[in-house]
Amino acid sequence: MATMTKQNIGNILAKQGILVAFALFIIAFTIANPKFLSVDNMFSVVRSSAILGVMALGVTFVVISGNLDLSVGSMMSFSTIVVLDLHDQIGPLLAIPAMFAMTIALGAFIGFLVGYLKLNSLIVTLGMLSAIHGLTLTYSGGKNMDIADKDGTWFSVFGQGTALGIPVPILIFIALAAVLGLVLGKTAFGRKVYAVGGNGTAATFSGIRRARTVFLCYIMSSACVATAGLIQASRSLGSQNTVGQGLELEVLAAVILGGASLMGGSGTIFKTVVGVLILGFIQNGLLLLGLQFYVQFVVTWVIIILAVWLDIAAKRGRLWSPIA
Amino acid sequence: MTDPVLRLEGIVKTFPGVRALDGVSFSVMPGEVHALMGENGAGKSTLMKVLGGIHQPDEGKIYVGDTPAVMSGPLEAKAKGIVFIHQELSLATELSVAENIYLGELPRSSFGRVDWSELYARTDAILKKLNVGFNARTRVGTLSIANQQMVEIARALTVDAKAVIFDEPTASLTDAEKVVLFDVISDLQASGVGIIYISHRMEEIFKITDRISVLRDGQYQGTVNTADTDEEKVTQMMIGRKLDLSRNAAHHELGKVALEVRGLTCGGMYEDISFQIRRGEVVGFYGLVGAGRTEIAETLFGLRDPSAGQILLDGEEVRISSPTDAIAKGISLVPEDRKGQGLVLGMNCRDNMTLPQVDDLKAGPFVAEGAEVAIFDQYRDKLDIRTPGWKQQVGNLSGGNQQKIVIGKWLSMHPNVLIVDEPTRGIDVGSKSEIHKLLRALAAQGYAVMVISSEMPEVLHVSDRIVAMYSGKIMRTFTSEEVTEDSLIQAISGLGGERAA
Repeated sequence: MATMTKQNIGNILAKQGILVAFALFIIAFTIANPKFLSVDNMFSVVRSSAILGVMALGVTFVVISGNLDLSVGSMMSFSTIVVLDLHDQIGPLLAIPAMFAMTIALGAFIGFLVGYLKLNSLIVTLGMLSAIHGLTLTYSGGKNMDIADKDGTWFSVFGQGTALGIPVPILIFIALAAVLGLVLGKTAFGRKVYAVGGNGTAATFSGIRRARTVFLCYIMSSACVATAGLIQASRSLGSQNTVGQGLELEVLAAVILGGASLMGGSGTIFKTVVGVLILGFIQNGLLLLGLQFYVQFVVTWVIIILAVWLDIAAKRGRLWSPIA
Repeated sequence: MTDPVLRLEGIVKTFPGVRALDGVSFSVMPGEVHALMGENGAGKSTLMKVLGGIHQPDEGKIYVGDTPAVMSGPLEAKAKGIVFIHQELSLATELSVAENIYLGELPRSSFGRVDWSELYARTDAILKKLNVGFNARTRVGTLSIANQQMVEIARALTVDAKAVIFDEPTASLTDAEKVVLFDVISDLQASGVGIIYISHRMEEIFKITDRISVLRDGQYQGTVNTADTDEEKVTQMMIGRKLDLSRNAAHHELGKVALEVRGLTCGGMYEDISFQIRRGEVVGFYGLVGAGRTEIAETLFGLRDPSAGQILLDGEEVRISSPTDAIAKGISLVPEDRKGQGLVLGMNCRDNMTLPQVDDLKAGPFVAEGAEVAIFDQYRDKLDIRTPGWKQQVGNLSGGNQQKIVIGKWLSMHPNVLIVDEPTRGIDVGSKSEIHKLLRALAAQGYAVMVISSEMPEVLHVSDRIVAMYSGKIMRTFTSEEVTEDSLIQAISGLGGERAA
């Protein structure tokens, strides 16, 4: 029946829409510029996606728990500025743990507000986006932060080093993805994150401490942000106060693109990694096409809208429906 | 003989792996109340969705009057005179009654402005027919559930309805409200509308319907005249066997007092509650909705703080600060709202079942998935849970099987005290009696079981003792030998509670 096939196609599009769209992108880009599928280019995509990817891993926990984290971009700026400043003051060995502690303290504060006080995560983290930006500027006095002796520090290893011929940022991303994938998929904590995001009331009725679970998700997220800040600082050894600006949306786009639901309760680390790579390839493809870098911002928005639409469409089994 | 207002012929609907409807045919005559019955999962909802155009049938035809109809959606069904009164209400609570009734088709005056006087006049005319105690301007959010249902019915009356489908309309109504609803139904009937009435409640079916059609596992089992049949025969058609409706007579050997409550009070909810539950005993808590029974259960499970009184477990006074704490102390609660409180519908069966103990099932740093599967398998067999496998999402199971997952989840915690709140709400007859048997069997194994139920047959059937509550107070406690339906009803209505037991 004609209507059946039409419905089936709608169904497939709704469920696998992102992959279909991605495949079309790849084909179009490759025709436009054969360099797109070269090993060199792929490597460069992964490397440039590593910072975003590390942040997306943490945000995956937050999103699955049914919340949002829009503060990760400005938090990453904060981590980067702090670790660069402390590098020259107390040395890299102490600067790194100090920066992690400060960043995680911010995450703990957000986790307290969202988890224990049960405030809306959109409002809390949107506010923190602005507040942390102010904190960073107060800390730096608004000036760019640079390491004095750029050639004489081992600190550059996290952003510029290679091991086994693979850039360290990629290794960090892969290792973190593997570890967090196990945490989310295989541990009791991970299971609780899914339960809290899937049905918080039922989780409470099952004896799960909902507030603590949400709190820990924000701790995870901030720890990932600190790691991303470390890579960023180490790569450039100097930074503006706004280095992470706008990343929160790209991170969210990657997580949703991978298939995590904004309603909470679904998504995996593996899917997020796929989402990060898709986003990376699309942005890279646009550059190879010769489009301006700034086009990315618009494209990222389009991707978010597309992903959210398909997420809802997959739930109701068709692309459009008169009932929600 | 007149022509049917609505006729279904050989409707077949398949979903991946399931033949949800298999050749269903029946017809509704004008002025007839036609009951549609079947267990959960029998295909009633799917059939209604086909009728409402939410699903398209794979085979078969729908006739409205004598013209074949293709329903493309709820609006088209309504335009053809097929109107649904849903179990879950779909009203905009911030709007007035009139706006809700004419939503989408508000009468207009010039420049697209709403013609309010026309709107209110039309609405009041309809409301008058229904004889309700509110008017067109009342905000829907301020109405009781029953009155909101009246608004839904008023909506149905705005079109020239040929057939009206009521889906479990009495699920949340009081007895007085039911009377009003049945009046409305007989008015509709008198004006020649055909009515499809879906309900699990036998007494209603036999009171108001003319014919009964039964579905089982998606298959049409036949249509009978209500006058020519009885509950037992209908049940047999629905589940394919007989139903046990007797009162509980057998008592198990009682052990020590597992749970004792002394003078428990929670401001405004309930006061001065005292009772004991021994191991091996099922104590039923019977009362009207709002009598404070669920709140007591929630207090025992650490979800509410009592303002006074003591809770003793195995003779020792305890303070229960959270559900986590309650679970650690050996209390399990099968909550009232299966979907809202009992299950994570998007999670698979196994994960739902082991959720309260996921911290304890460890293999190194990870959850011991093998142990989880073993627990699931054990309770799937024990409770006869029908699912293709543990990977199945709980949301895809029927209500009875979902409830068994919740029960399995709490049995696998091996609690000392098991509290079950409305264990069979919205569950079909067959699963119901299985769950009743299970509760008795649990007592036999030495559990102390507290059963909260608003269904008298259920309370009578499972309880060793029955606590009757009214308005936050215990009116009387009966043994299963002395209890009668009359005395129980008196006690929960606040009458005769002071009489000596």
